[in-house]
Amino acid sequence: MHTVLTAIVFLPLIGALIAGLLGTKVFKGLGRDADVYGEHQVHAHGTNGHGHDDDRGHHGHYDGPKWPMYVTTALLCICAILSWYVFLGFLHEARVEKVELLRWINSGALSANWVIRVDTLTAVMLVVVNTVSALVHIYSLGYMSHDEHQPRFFAYLSLFTFAMLMLVTADNLVQMFFGWEGVGLASYLLIGFWYTRDTANAAAMKAFIVNRVGDFGFALGIFGCFVAFQTVDFDTMFAAAPGVAGKPMQFLAWQPDTLTVLCLLLFMGAMGKSAQFLLHTWLPDAMEGPTPVSALIHAATMVTAGVFMVARLSPMFELAPHAKDFVVIIGAVTAFFAASVGLVQNDIKRVIAYSTCSQLGYMFVALGVGAYGAGVFHLFTHAFFKALLFLGSGSVIHAMSGEQDMRKMGGLAPLIKITFVMMIIGNLALTGFPFTAGYFSKDAIIESSFAAHWGFAFWALIIAACFTSFYSWRLAFMTFNGAPRADRETMEHVHESPNVMLFPLYVLAIGALCAGFVFKDYFIGHDYKEFWGTSLANGEVMHEMHDVPGWVVWSPFVAMVVGFVVAWIFYIRDTSIPKRLAAQHEPLYRFLLNKWYFDEVYNAIFVRPTMWLGRFLWKKGDGFLIDGFGPDGVSHVVTDITRGVVRLQTGYLYHYAFAMMIGVAALISWFMFGGAH
Amino acid sequence: MNWPILSVVTFLPLLGVLFILTVKGEDATALRNVRWGAFWTTLVTFLLSLLIWIGFDSNAAGFQFVEQHAWLGAAASYKLGVDGISMPFVILTTFLMPICILASWHVTKRVKEYMIAFLVLETLMIGMFCSLDIVLFYLFFEAGLIPMFLIIGIWGGPRRVYASFKFFLYTLLGSVLMLLAIIYMYWTTGTTDIVQLLANPGFTPEAQKWLWLAFFASFAVKMPMWPVHTWLPDAHVEAPTAGSVILAAILLKMGGYGFLRFSLPMFPDASVYFQDFVFVLSVIAIVYTSLVALMQEDMKKLIAYSSVAHMGFVTMGIFALNRQGIDGAMFQMISHGLVSGALFLCVGVVYDRMHTREIAAYGGLVKTMPLFAFTFMVFTMANVGLPGTSGFVGEFLSLMGAFEANTWVAFFATFGVILSAAYALWLYRRVVFGKLEKPSLMNLPDMTPRELATLLPLIVLTVFFGAYPAPILDLFGPSVESIIKPLNEAAAAAQALATASLQ
Repeated sequence: MHTVLTAIVFLPLIGALIAGLLGTKVFKGLGRDADVYGEHQVHAHGTNGHGHDDDRGHHGHYDGPKWPMYVTTALLCICAILSWYVFLGFLHEARVEKVELLRWINSGALSANWVIRVDTLTAVMLVVVNTVSALVHIYSLGYMSHDEHQPRFFAYLSLFTFAMLMLVTADNLVQMFFGWEGVGLASYLLIGFWYTRDTANAAAMKAFIVNRVGDFGFALGIFGCFVAFQTVDFDTMFAAAPGVAGKPMQFLAWQPDTLTVLCLLLFMGAMGKSAQFLLHTWLPDAMEGPTPVSALIHAATMVTAGVFMVARLSPMFELAPHAKDFVVIIGAVTAFFAASVGLVQNDIKRVIAYSTCSQLGYMFVALGVGAYGAGVFHLFTHAFFKALLFLGSGSVIHAMSGEQDMRKMGGLAPLIKITFVMMIIGNLALTGFPFTAGYFSKDAIIESSFAAHWGFAFWALIIAACFTSFYSWRLAFMTFNGAPRADRETMEHVHESPNVMLFPLYVLAIGALCAGFVFKDYFIGHDYKEFWGTSLANGEVMHEMHDVPGWVVWSPFVAMVVGFVVAWIFYIRDTSIPKRLAAQHEPLYRFLLNKWYFDEVYNAIFVRPTMWLGRFLWKKGDGFLIDGFGPDGVSHVVTDITRGVVRLQTGYLYHYAFAMMIGVAALISWFMFGGAH
Repeated sequence: MNWPILSVVTFLPLLGVLFILTVKGEDATALRNVRWGAFWTTLVTFLLSLLIWIGFDSNAAGFQFVEQHAWLGAAASYKLGVDGISMPFVILTTFLMPICILASWHVTKRVKEYMIAFLVLETLMIGMFCSLDIVLFYLFFEAGLIPMFLIIGIWGGPRRVYASFKFFLYTLLGSVLMLLAIIYMYWTTGTTDIVQLLANPGFTPEAQKWLWLAFFASFAVKMPMWPVHTWLPDAHVEAPTAGSVILAAILLKMGGYGFLRFSLPMFPDASVYFQDFVFVLSVIAIVYTSLVALMQEDMKKLIAYSSVAHMGFVTMGIFALNRQGIDGAMFQMISHGLVSGALFLCVGVVYDRMHTREIAAYGGLVKTMPLFAFTFMVFTMANVGLPGTSGFVGEFLSLMGAFEANTWVAFFATFGVILSAAYALWLYRRVVFGKLEKPSLMNLPDMTPRELATLLPLIVLTVFFGAYPAPILDLFGPSVESIIKPLNEAAAAAQALATASLQ
């Protein structure tokens, strides 16, 4: 078993190293000293000097070897199969497996080591991460097949998978932080994969820095945990948590409840990684990356790391009710906010990005009310249908020669039938159509929020469910139905994607349809305690959510139908309604279209003042104040004095003699009087 | 080992100097001999110094490989030895020296003198870390200024004279006060032996404060701490590449080493007393210089300011006065030696091609220089403190220590983690990413095998120590514990006094 687990974690790393170092052209173009320092003209060599640099990567051409792509993909497929094997083992018997690898940071009482820790929660994550990753690798074989830099792309994908696996198999907070920042790095590299595009570079930086803001809290949380527990190992921490509950700790000027402040700090990290309200701004911009990346990182796996973290730390959160309340509020607000923005976006990927943001909000609500199983269940099902939607939209974009604006699509259904059907399946699952995957997990969350007496969260989620249904069907109708709005040339090019891209869609579609009823008994049903074992805290709400009134059970379904009908009226029956509505409610429309003006506000209150302050401190602080009164000032004074001294040097001998005599007199008097005692 | 290994390692570079002096003429063969002579000297010194590491007992707290000879009569003696605090710096110095020589391969101006300056500098730096006599220490400490002053002043850029004088004035001012303190210490204790001073410092709390301040003046400038940091950006900008590497990697560590060798163990009461003062300066350094780094238009200046910020983490960690803080500060110093050295080498790589350090002159280098882009990415991430690189371990531990000591400090210092990501990634984006549009950049050759040879060892170590820091981290333990013990007593005493005065 230990070998299997180690292989699952490290095979992607091996793949990344092989593809990244040997498969790319990194080492192919070593220069020569003579070219750098010689006098003759520097001439180009080594790297391929393609004159043109295509803006939309996948229209370039690739003439390198294919093996780096096959190697990484094959390794990931092995990982995926092994993960299912491990997961099925955990279905029968919940337990904790640990593989101790290496010492890491040991300093006094602090001991954080490299350990692979697998329990039911981790096993679920292994399946999610490796399945989606393997499928995305396969998909990318087709999607990226023309890209000049595809070995690098596959290396990054595998590197990401490794970091994500380190995150979910962490045995302590520090290793989790390693995976956490590691996926951040991979995300940064992949968003900025098409490095010639300024928007991509900006989005990559934004993603990394906003995540660092979240990590600010995560890091402080880790420090706090060590101070409170004298350990960062999960098991020891959880065992000590009840003893700490209710006790205050010193944090800044306050003495708040220890577990509350720790959970809130750690949750700040989760908010960054999972793009929750206030720290969500990077996720829509991250759509600058290639679409397979959006599916893998920004839908199915990395963004769910925050959910995983809270689930992992559930024994601590259970003891910090105020922190849980905060999680519910943030989750509910995000679910509503992101869904509202998704209503009016025109970029196909951005709609799905906001949808992801919103669905993550659902998961946090579940965690916050104590229905941990339901939250992780939604994470599990969401991975399938959201990856399906993203890869499906990738297929659409591929067919449309790179177009992402839905206003320029329409009428694609007959031309790309398979993609159309796949997208519809994804939509059904996302909107919670009965007996699809989303139906079980999403309804469970909504019911649990009601059972926990969170009226605010319940209604926010119901409204968000209605919005979800609307924007999902709006997306489908605008893309596939009606008259084509693209130019003729593009429409003539429209073609179904190759099988290598369709196969992952089939697999994900099966997951989107079946993952719900196959696994619901384990995740949230009667067997949930046996299934989760010790890996999740037991929230009482997991029982109560099965006993909610009938209208509560029906309300998500009603919300879904309402959303569907409105979308149908707006985008099929009378397509002039949306424009009229937007014109009538111009301010509201602008507000939503501009994403509640978050970017503008953050720019004004964070980015620009920071830059101003940096320049101010540099020019005024260092330049004027410190150097002015320090060295430069001193040297001015010194120059002035020297000038004075020069004036003293008159050149007349008697002046010098006189000065010398005064000096001697002073010296003698000092020895006589000063040295006397 | 019966032979005086520390003396041999310390003075071996001078043997190289002798060899270089015997080389006559300025023709290509002679210069070749000079370069190879310097390279082999430093390489052999490094390999020999590894014996110190191998023979070092990391479970022992005291000094090892101690040598002592009479010198200057009764006043001072020639005494060398290393413990867990100094040994890593010795290895760091000897390790970086061959890399610096290799990086200076194409220096054409006064090659002989250049190599001699570096070899002499190596002797002085190793001697400084090995000295167990305070007078000897002072000599090495101050003499080290001279070759660096010359390196900046002779082989530097256009404003080299201004920069070298600024460097010299700042550092000299601090040293004078330290000399006075040393004289006072000799007067009161009658010894200059560091081992004896450590074993039984016995200065009154009042005297400790003055002594602490005098030493602080010298070390704070060397670190450099805010607000006496402004010499560093100028010195870096004007220094030749290898000079910058040594300056950032080794000379900046003299301050931190001094705090750990003298201030904390010899003046524990004063260290506790001034803890908050250092915290404030450290936090200001971290936030202030990170903000300033953000707006720099010159690559070397940006990295220089980021160095000041990282040294802020070091002083913060040291004055957390606990195990994690000091371990973190030590590790941060070693790691910063590798990473900042490498970053300056990276700047050197592009500077040698374009002869400008202006960030705006670059853009899109990844197209023509993928290997450089990869290398620069590794060190950018290490500079940002990404877990898995050595940069993380030190930063994390020093912040952890600070949090234990004072949550405010950790809170503000952690902003540095966000800001460092901002300035480092922004630099990377402007230099490496983007469209390759500037005609001057179109045909740049990628890194050469020589440049790869200077940077590859650093890449390997940065990643290796990021994943497995134990070989270095384990060295500190006993020495750090012996520093902490009197500090804890001093802190308890101060606490008792404070409670008593309240009642």
